[in-house]
Amino acid sequence: MQMSDTRVIKAPREVVWAAILNPEVLKACVPGCTELTGTAEEGFEATVVQKVGPVKATFKGMVTLSNMAEPETVTLSGEGKGGAAGFAKGGANVSFKEVEGGTELTYDVDAKVGGKLAQLGSRIIDGFAKKMADQFFTNLQDAVEGPAEPEDAPEAEGEAAAEGKKKGWFKRMVSG
Amino acid sequence: MPKDHGIGAAQKRREDVRFLTGAGKYTDDINVYGQTYCHFLRSDVAHGKITSIDTSAAEAMPGVVRIFTGKDFEGIGGLPCGWQVTDKNGDPMQEPPHPVLAQGKVRHVGEPICAVVAETLEQARDAAEAIELEIEELPAVVDMRGALEGGSARVHDDLPGNLCYDWQFGSDTATVEAAFASAAHVTTLELVNNRLVANPMEPRVALAEYARAGDESTLYTTSQNPHVIRLLMGAFVLGIPEHKLRVVAPDVGGGFGTKIFHYAEEAFVTFAARQINRPVKWTSTRSEAFMSDAHGRDHVTKIELALDADNNFIGLRTDTLANMGAYLSTFASSVPTWLHGTLMAGNYKTPAIQVNVKAVFTNTVPVDAYRGAGRPEATFQLERLVDKAARELGVDPIKLRRQNFIDSFPYATPVAVEYDTGNYVATMDKLEEMIDIPGFAARRAESEAKGKLRGFGVNCYIEACGIAPSNLVGQLGARAGLYDAATVRVNATGSISVMVGAHSHGQGHETAFPQVVADMLGIDESMIEIVHGDTSKIPFGMGTYGSRSLAVCGSAMVRATEKIINKAKKIAAHLMEASAGDIELKDGMFTVAGTDKSVAWGDVTLAAYVPHNYPLTEIEPGLEETAFYDPANFTYPAGAYACEVEVDPETGKVTIERFAAADDFGNVVNPMIVEGQVHGGLAQGIGQALLETCVYDADGQLLSASYMDYAMPRASDVPFYKVDHSCATPCTHNPLGVKGCGEAGAIGSPPAVVNAVLDALNHAGHDVAHIDMPVSPHRVWQAMQG
Repeated sequence: MQMSDTRVIKAPREVVWAAILNPEVLKACVPGCTELTGTAEEGFEATVVQKVGPVKATFKGMVTLSNMAEPETVTLSGEGKGGAAGFAKGGANVSFKEVEGGTELTYDVDAKVGGKLAQLGSRIIDGFAKKMADQFFTNLQDAVEGPAEPEDAPEAEGEAAAEGKKKGWFKRMVSG
Repeated sequence: MPKDHGIGAAQKRREDVRFLTGAGKYTDDINVYGQTYCHFLRSDVAHGKITSIDTSAAEAMPGVVRIFTGKDFEGIGGLPCGWQVTDKNGDPMQEPPHPVLAQGKVRHVGEPICAVVAETLEQARDAAEAIELEIEELPAVVDMRGALEGGSARVHDDLPGNLCYDWQFGSDTATVEAAFASAAHVTTLELVNNRLVANPMEPRVALAEYARAGDESTLYTTSQNPHVIRLLMGAFVLGIPEHKLRVVAPDVGGGFGTKIFHYAEEAFVTFAARQINRPVKWTSTRSEAFMSDAHGRDHVTKIELALDADNNFIGLRTDTLANMGAYLSTFASSVPTWLHGTLMAGNYKTPAIQVNVKAVFTNTVPVDAYRGAGRPEATFQLERLVDKAARELGVDPIKLRRQNFIDSFPYATPVAVEYDTGNYVATMDKLEEMIDIPGFAARRAESEAKGKLRGFGVNCYIEACGIAPSNLVGQLGARAGLYDAATVRVNATGSISVMVGAHSHGQGHETAFPQVVADMLGIDESMIEIVHGDTSKIPFGMGTYGSRSLAVCGSAMVRATEKIINKAKKIAAHLMEASAGDIELKDGMFTVAGTDKSVAWGDVTLAAYVPHNYPLTEIEPGLEETAFYDPANFTYPAGAYACEVEVDPETGKVTIERFAAADDFGNVVNPMIVEGQVHGGLAQGIGQALLETCVYDADGQLLSASYMDYAMPRASDVPFYKVDHSCATPCTHNPLGVKGCGEAGAIGSPPAVVNAVLDALNHAGHDVAHIDMPVSPHRVWQAMQG
């Protein structure tokens, strides 16, 4: 499964770069992430709970960062084992470009699933992966920029929007 | 008046009383005291090296009795293959080891690596999650063509090119080349016979117990052939002699070939029960069935037909790649060779035929026999090719077939077999009448008025059933004899138990077999019971597959009943003080010819067991006989099928509007059961043609592993069939004159469906030469867009 997209985040490139390497930010942004420890240099250990179609599982795995060229490009790769649910693995090449009003993030994602996830979820895995990536970058945007205006937020995300004060903390932190 | 008794009567199936009221006893219904449950940890990668297995945390989990890994099976035999194919250079096929639990490497998604035995199934599953398993993933071999290239990854490390065998068969190359050189027209077709998953309604189950006192093992398993499992597992895997091993296959909910084979799970539970001295049970989930039951078909073929200027078939040449999967399943090697190549003549007198088959290992589930096994693949190639030739030549496809029919019997084909009898003209005549060819134009106009395309497709088929003459198959590489056996035990009061080697898992033997014995003895069927599926009760028979049960085991039953009649006549002669040669048996009464003296069946049977007035110096008391029957030849059921489809040009969806099947099964014992067998076979053939396909991705992940993605045919996908078996030419070499009907529907229907779809498209002006199965809306629509 391959996909790519771009997204503009209203923050300087260095801020976005620092955010994506920060375990606290990653934990907040990876959908379903319940634990994330480690460092950008050593790699992160993560636990993610997700439901793909009929398969719900806890994935445990490592995320490593490579090809780091600060603040332009980085490759994230990881593999999560979901026990009886099978596994998911993949990588994302992310590049950061300065544009008017912020930073343009471009990402190419290559993801694979195996075991029960492939057997039961292959029809929906593309949509699922796209949703995961969208959520991740939306969360990142929220963390860096602060949440979207409440009236723009879909109703289902009302709860998340209500927690808006927690979001945007990274930007507030780095912008003093 | 239809017959209501004996051979030819459409008696209702007595077994259905228990099946339809939930009173069947399947393997999973059997539970024994102290039973443990087994869960297999299976590979979720297609190909990889096992770098570590740590079971220590899992072993400490609640309820865990023991965890087994490949290490426990070091020095224990692997799963054997029952047929050795010799390749065209005279070398035996490659036969890599097939371990019970993975040894060092995994070679397909679903391969069992560890087995957790625990007090409950939930505990076993939970513990399996705690096993720490590291697998270094290797590149997967999925595509057969790629697999044969030198640079391909290797499924088995010492097997470059992943080739199991390169087999050539039939006419020599010079003869076939000469035919093609002199041809006025050559038709060529490349096609895929799609990979299928058998999907019997009941998934596989295995339950083993061990009695330490007598060192006796019992395996309850979902098998089509319990004696074959006992022999293979006892002798080749676990080293348990037959007298210490009992295999029981109780009610089995469908097999379709995939329950012929000896599987790792059966060997495992039998082994584990001995190790832990407790019963061990495994019940397959549907997900496990998709990735561990042997799959079917999966051939890629190029086939060429040479015709002379008068449209006579003068040469046929095929080149097939056959997927074996990661390991050789029990009869995998025989399917693309002796069950496929020998049928390439079909119903036609083509004088020169050469079949080439390369069998290839890939990182997929093993592939083996599935309803028809090799014969559907042969029929599909040939009948699609003949249809394409007719279109290219602008001749009527029925006329082209009729012109080339074999019309005198016996007929020795260029591909080794000799058809003993048949009448292909008669079944085609019958078919034309059943499908109403004159009315087709009006039906097509009606469809067109609704905006639909209508197509008509026809095909013939022949199959080799009644498997098989032992001395012949022995020469061809079979590592078993293929006779069958029956014991007829007449009880003191005249009731009869018939112990048969054949196994019934949907075929209705419990109803049809008594009809034969009842007919021979002139007694009521209700006095006769069939016993099958338990090696401790039945004689050594080879089981049920290849439409063999009645032709082979039924013949053994006839021979045993003949022995009973002979002996009973001697007893009757003694009772009536007459000569045995003068005794006649009719309607359950023994009479002395030309007199009014008679004794009843029950008097004779009672005398046999209470021999107070009995010729004890001449014959033994009791009335029980066994016969083994080894067939002299295969049987050759044949027929002609036709299909009419509607195609929605907007969506590409194909609807089957009419389907007719004219079969020659020889004599028929129970016409209702025969029709049911044909109906089921047609549904499976239509399923293959329109819906079913097993899909792997490039990494060897199985994508179609549930009913969300693997489309099984449903009632709404099939029409009301017209079936007929009145054009019977009885088999010349078995005592019942029967040929077998179990697989015909699945063999004969796929080409009719695809031919009909292509007729619809071509008639509407779309120049489409072929569409691979399943002929899904997507594929049809794409073909229509050019």
